[in-house]
Amino acid sequence: MFGLDTKDTRLFFFVAVLVAFAPFLMNPFPTESGLAQFNGGYPDLMQRFVIFGIFAIGFNILFGLTGYLSFGHAAFLGTGSYAAVWMLKLLTINVIPAIVISTLVAGVMALAIGFISLRRSGIYFSILTLAFAQMAFALAASVLTPITGGETGLQTALNDPRILDFRAEGGNIPAPSLFGLEMRASYEWLVGGWSFTFNVGYYISGLFMLAALYVAIRIFRSPFGLMLKAIKTNQNRLNYTGVSTRPYTLTAFVISGMYAGLAGGLMAAMDPLAGAERMQWTASGEVVLMTILGGAGTLLGPILGAGFIKYFENIFSKINDSILHSWFSFLPEGLENVMVTILHPFVGKGWHLTLGILFMLVVIFLPGGLMEGMQRIGKMFSRKKKSDETDGKATVPAE
Amino acid sequence: MEAFIIQLLSGLDGGSAYALIALGLTLIFGTLGVVNFAHGALFMLGAFCTVTLQRLLSLSHEVIDESQKDFLGNPLKVKVPYLQDWFGEATSNAIIDWSVPLAILFAIPVMILIGIAMERGLIKHFYKRPHADQILVTFGLAIVLQEIIKAYFGANPIPAPAPEVFRGSYDFGLLLGFEPNRIIYPYWRLVYFAFAAIVITAVFAFLQFTTFGMVVRAGMADRETVGLLGIDIDRRFTIMFGLAACVAGLAGVMYTPINSPNYHMGMDFLVISFVVVVVGGMGSLPGAVLAGFVLGILQSFASMREVIEVIPGINQVVIYLAAIIILLTRPRGLLGRKGVMED
Amino acid sequence: MGILEVQSVNKRFGGLQALDNVNLDVEEGKVHAIIGPNGAGKSTLLNCFVGRLMPDTGTVMFNGKSLLGLKPHEINQAGVSRVFQTPEIFTELTVLENVMIPALAHRDGAFKLNPWARMRSEGGIKDLAEHTLEDVGMAEKRHMTASSMSRGDKRRLELAMGLVQEPKLLLLDEPTAGMARADTENTINLLKHIGETRGITKIIIEHDMEVVFSLADKISVLVQGHVIVEDKPENIKGNPKVQEAYLGGAHE
Repeated sequence: MFGLDTKDTRLFFFVAVLVAFAPFLMNPFPTESGLAQFNGGYPDLMQRFVIFGIFAIGFNILFGLTGYLSFGHAAFLGTGSYAAVWMLKLLTINVIPAIVISTLVAGVMALAIGFISLRRSGIYFSILTLAFAQMAFALAASVLTPITGGETGLQTALNDPRILDFRAEGGNIPAPSLFGLEMRASYEWLVGGWSFTFNVGYYISGLFMLAALYVAIRIFRSPFGLMLKAIKTNQNRLNYTGVSTRPYTLTAFVISGMYAGLAGGLMAAMDPLAGAERMQWTASGEVVLMTILGGAGTLLGPILGAGFIKYFENIFSKINDSILHSWFSFLPEGLENVMVTILHPFVGKGWHLTLGILFMLVVIFLPGGLMEGMQRIGKMFSRKKKSDETDGKATVPAE
Repeated sequence: MEAFIIQLLSGLDGGSAYALIALGLTLIFGTLGVVNFAHGALFMLGAFCTVTLQRLLSLSHEVIDESQKDFLGNPLKVKVPYLQDWFGEATSNAIIDWSVPLAILFAIPVMILIGIAMERGLIKHFYKRPHADQILVTFGLAIVLQEIIKAYFGANPIPAPAPEVFRGSYDFGLLLGFEPNRIIYPYWRLVYFAFAAIVITAVFAFLQFTTFGMVVRAGMADRETVGLLGIDIDRRFTIMFGLAACVAGLAGVMYTPINSPNYHMGMDFLVISFVVVVVGGMGSLPGAVLAGFVLGILQSFASMREVIEVIPGINQVVIYLAAIIILLTRPRGLLGRKGVMED
Repeated sequence: MGILEVQSVNKRFGGLQALDNVNLDVEEGKVHAIIGPNGAGKSTLLNCFVGRLMPDTGTVMFNGKSLLGLKPHEINQAGVSRVFQTPEIFTELTVLENVMIPALAHRDGAFKLNPWARMRSEGGIKDLAEHTLEDVGMAEKRHMTASSMSRGDKRRLELAMGLVQEPKLLLLDEPTAGMARADTENTINLLKHIGETRGITKIIIEHDMEVVFSLADKISVLVQGHVIVEDKPENIKGNPKVQEAYLGGAHE
């Protein structure tokens, strides 16, 4: 369907169903239960799942296919955010122009940075992209303050021109919307002890992520994608095969830069605020970690990685001692305190520790990332089911 | 002219910090080919060696001092360091005052052990893994180390002052025939520069003049051949890792009076040290040192008011700009060799 | 007029004269072998044809156009394919994909932006690649990853990657080096078979005299960077200069 083969169609629909039902899936625990802490189904977090999913899918098109490890993709994310906020300020509070322009601006910037950085490969390429991104970050935080708002960041204001909108006198700063449908609008559904939130911004971002995934699948399955994979394996040989590799890597770089810009634009559309910290190297590093953690070069991996990191960041950082005490209140008091003391360093402000340990565990035991873990589990089941079928020619790397 | 000399001097000490960290990093990253994101954490651990020693030295017990009374007329309890019981007050105060330089002695064995433990326990298994995996696992390790330090020492910077005698500033201008107080320079920064020079020389001498160093250098150039000669290159690489951790740690120890140690100081230095190593050229120790000083001095000159007025913001980006220009004109950095990390 | 004309090519590495006034005239449709002892400059010469090295002086004309200064991919697009001595394949991809890549490069040129096309719809390219794999006897292994191939299979895959582009000129760098006797004979037969069916002009660099004499239409003997003889195989064997410099002198 849509030009995808059966396996890819299934994958796509799987993700589409996940996105559609995420408000249920992410909120499996009743609001009053002790486990409600683990509910991730609130709009802000779900938006982040899909937006960082887009960022990571795009990064994977460059890194997973060509093997070029960019350490400066946050520059495109940040630029996308700034461009989007400016559109919301100047043109209209409707998010469509903001999202389109942010993608294009990031694309142009990626073309310029990629054109220079791709003159080198390996670690030299990584450092060049890092240097460009750090420059963008430093300039955005200092000299470019008139454009970027400096350290306080750029945001919409009541007296912005918004030349395409009718301006009401007085009132509040308008919220970003899609033809009047505000991004922050949510419908809350209470069933029994559960509460499910359906947020406009989340679903719009989710649609964009599905589109992004679809484009990525098409690229993976195209002759163009095959060339990118060949670049990763043996770029030198590809040159002697009559392929000019630079245009391929540059195209991949620009596409992944546009994904980052789209993600940045969506972030600004959800919450019309853009700050320089979005461009910092830690933000670039985060998308690298998401992609590797999920499984570089796979279609689903980056989305998983993004979801995984964002979930832990938000859920573990919220857990505090009183919550821990409530969990272990069934234990005798001495034991309860012991458990709380043991777990205390891993949650709340210490959630980074958990994340660091998880990184290490995943990379030590699952070199192919979370996707490899899923495949191993899948294999365990399928082996039981069709043990009589011959393994045959199953050496094609799974995606 | 004075401004020029001041900037040159402050460039030298900034540069020596970069050079020291990059030297340790290039021992691992430039030669073993391991992308070690935990290197900044080693620097940070070094700094906390100072803090630990300082705390150990100030371990106290309470005694009742009859000569001091609180407002109710009761004798005051005062804390007396154990050191004071052992060596008397003057010596004890001197030792505590000198805790930063003393921490060097403390940090050397500790950091070597940490480095060896890290290599044996973790990094060893990642030599043949892709760089991406190395990044993930060492980044994870860096976070874990950082968080452990934070859990133990707290999130706030902990001051670790230099010894009393080095706290002032030296009037460098007098030496060069300027008016007094035109070029003044903190003593400790001079000490840091001299210390960096000593460490760098020692590492070079070690690699240049010992058989161990010779084998390691041969191993960097061609690991397989050295392995075929029946030399256990892995054992030597373990020691190299210990050495690198030690250099990073010492850089951290001596940096504490300049910047009070905090748990994320390693991450702050991480990016810049990678830039320094690559600009210097992969696999080149002199390159790392050279690049450290070049970038440190450039940074310092770019911070001059006169320069910023002409090119606003240049002080923020000069290092990265220089890195880009160097990498584009010299594909392997300043002194890089062919074939290192180019597969 | 030959398809490849090499005139007075010189290449110096420091103090070493790697190529000394080399002249070569390769006729269309023929197999031209370049032999010579180790270090005679055979590979250096080949590298000058494919854009890896730039000669200090001299000209390399292919079909009347100079190859010098062109990038490797431009030379390939002009119709010169190279089969590497040590297999240079795309190890993580399947055997079939390995052959489809050069086929695509041949059809689409050095760069084509077609992220929306689908590999599944590339039936023509797939058929072509499968036929070529059949020719080299690897059809049944087409879905295996290239890294899992034996050394001999990798060499055959290399050959298929060169052949699938239907080049005007195929450069074979020691196609049988390090092969067992039986494999060498297979490869000779394969090359002969290809010669009969496809009629591609070939330049073979080779150590193995048996391979050379059973395949070549013409032989150039390269010694210390200099072509000392260029003649038909039957005349080479009896040539005293060759015997002295090569056949008699070196025991390899």
